[in-house]
Amino acid sequence: MVRDGTKRQDTCRKRRRAEGIAMTALIYLVLVTGSGVVLTPFLWMLSTSLKSYDQVVTPRIVWLPRPVVWSNYARALEFIPFWRYLGNTALVTSTCVIGALSASALVAYGFAKLRAPGRDALFGVLLASMMLPGQVTMIPVFVLFQKLGWYNSLKALTIPAFLGGGAFNVFLLRQFYMTIPNELCDAAKIDGCSNFGILLRVVAPLSKPALTAVGVFIFVANWTDFFSPLIYLSDQERYTLALGLRLFQSLHSTEYSLLMAASIVFSLPILIIFFAAQRYFIEGVTLTGMKG
Amino acid sequence: MTWEIHCTSSGKADSRRRGLSRNAVREARDFYLCILPWLVGFSGLTLGPMLVSFYYSLCEYNVLQPPAWVGLANYVSIFTDDPLFWTALYNTAYYTLFSVPLGVAGSLALALLLNQGVRGVRMFRTIFYMPSIIPAVASSILWIWLFNPQYGLVNRALSVVGIKGPLWLADPVWSKPALILMGQWGVGGGMVIFLAGLQSVPRHLYDAAVVDGAGAWQQFRHVTLPMLSPTVFFSTVMGIIGSFQVFTQSYVMTQGGPLNSTLFYVLYLYREAFEFFHMGYASALAWILFVILVGFTALQLRLSRRWVYYEGDLRR
Repeated sequence: MVRDGTKRQDTCRKRRRAEGIAMTALIYLVLVTGSGVVLTPFLWMLSTSLKSYDQVVTPRIVWLPRPVVWSNYARALEFIPFWRYLGNTALVTSTCVIGALSASALVAYGFAKLRAPGRDALFGVLLASMMLPGQVTMIPVFVLFQKLGWYNSLKALTIPAFLGGGAFNVFLLRQFYMTIPNELCDAAKIDGCSNFGILLRVVAPLSKPALTAVGVFIFVANWTDFFSPLIYLSDQERYTLALGLRLFQSLHSTEYSLLMAASIVFSLPILIIFFAAQRYFIEGVTLTGMKG
Repeated sequence: MTWEIHCTSSGKADSRRRGLSRNAVREARDFYLCILPWLVGFSGLTLGPMLVSFYYSLCEYNVLQPPAWVGLANYVSIFTDDPLFWTALYNTAYYTLFSVPLGVAGSLALALLLNQGVRGVRMFRTIFYMPSIIPAVASSILWIWLFNPQYGLVNRALSVVGIKGPLWLADPVWSKPALILMGQWGVGGGMVIFLAGLQSVPRHLYDAAVVDGAGAWQQFRHVTLPMLSPTVFFSTVMGIIGSFQVFTQSYVMTQGGPLNSTLFYVLYLYREAFEFFHMGYASALAWILFVILVGFTALQLRLSRRWVYYEGDLRR
């Protein structure tokens, strides 16, 4: 009787283990298939960029280009001043990172650690402004920048970064600063540190991960931005990479191997940054999600 | 002697009180100094332009001549005399209706799978996240090629299983589904947020559920889902706001065509503003968009009381 019971228990456990293994296998199957589906467009892009015209337009699915036409890349870059656009984009992006990061770090500090009448109401305004669609302010801002002589200049893309640093970034940093114990700030204050000194010596050094994450966010947002350059830059000399790629597309809309080569080259810098700063990047996204 | 002590101590308290208030004043001053960049930016680039934009929406304005007051004429003609407005609104609503629920469900499902203690979470996470950082122009160009009716990978793959694929971007019926499909490529962006939400669900809730005899489905239904509801809510609200502003894909891939089937709201607004310089009309369009989004958000906030669970509720 007892033995019968243990036997039954045993088969039960075995069955449960088998079910667990089947379940795990199923999960991996879905994940691997999903990854395949997500990666396929990338591989197809790479493969197309190295194909000869004949191989691009064969009715069969050809993954391995034969011969490998490396010259597609040289040709793609020949038509477009890639290095100039890269320079413009790097200039805009680095200025925006410096401006928006320092501005949002400062503003967030005010909202997180300093008490003042009207603070909470202003923070509510800041939160509400995150939901405001940019289209509502876009036209008057455009007219204003035009009057200031910033049209067709990189100023229109960089100066706004210094003015507040983006509500979303402020919100994110403020949430992070809130987790820093006030006792640390008070101790620094007793040691004679001013409020700004506390930001520089206590809060900012403790917020390195959050600051890095926000920095990467600002970087990616500005590097890939299409809309602002589209409305503010008219001179091809001043184009950023996103506009340059669009220009390339309008000129060579049927030469797919060149288009793919250009798209890869234009995306490469941001992919490199992504892989280098991946940890901070995903941590940053994580930060936004938790407090959402 | 007593009097002296009393005097000094009261003097100390007095100076301390005065010092405190001086400190408070200094703190308030520093607060306003800190947020000064934002105050300038908010009033100069947000609040001011908002008011000006509302004024423009009541004017005819082409940038070259000063705005001329026309009252509600822009709004009246948008609602009564502009079929393209309704087309753009319909296209955008269609896009939102499919892409937001699909995106939220897809990213939640992926996050759940990744949260089952599988190996290589980081690798999968990176792979699924990659499409989100590709510049929109580059991914648009890539998908033009993938959706190419003759040589594109999508139709070639379909033909392998014996399906003759549609013309996709060249077919007014399939152009919107094509863009929705393309959007799902970026589902990993939302997945990361859900994954973070999942990892913050306290372990002991599952333990308690198991003790109560809950199976996998019941654990999901009664622990995971309620704990994740704020994340679902956040993703839905931001998803709707974002998809109502979809622009780059249709600008680069289809220019709103064929037959205006991908003329989305912001593309239409962009054309009115920066191609025809109907700044007044475009401002009115922007305000209508704003009111729609505020309406949606308010509605969701109302509905959220029924299904969104906040941890604070426990304590109350």
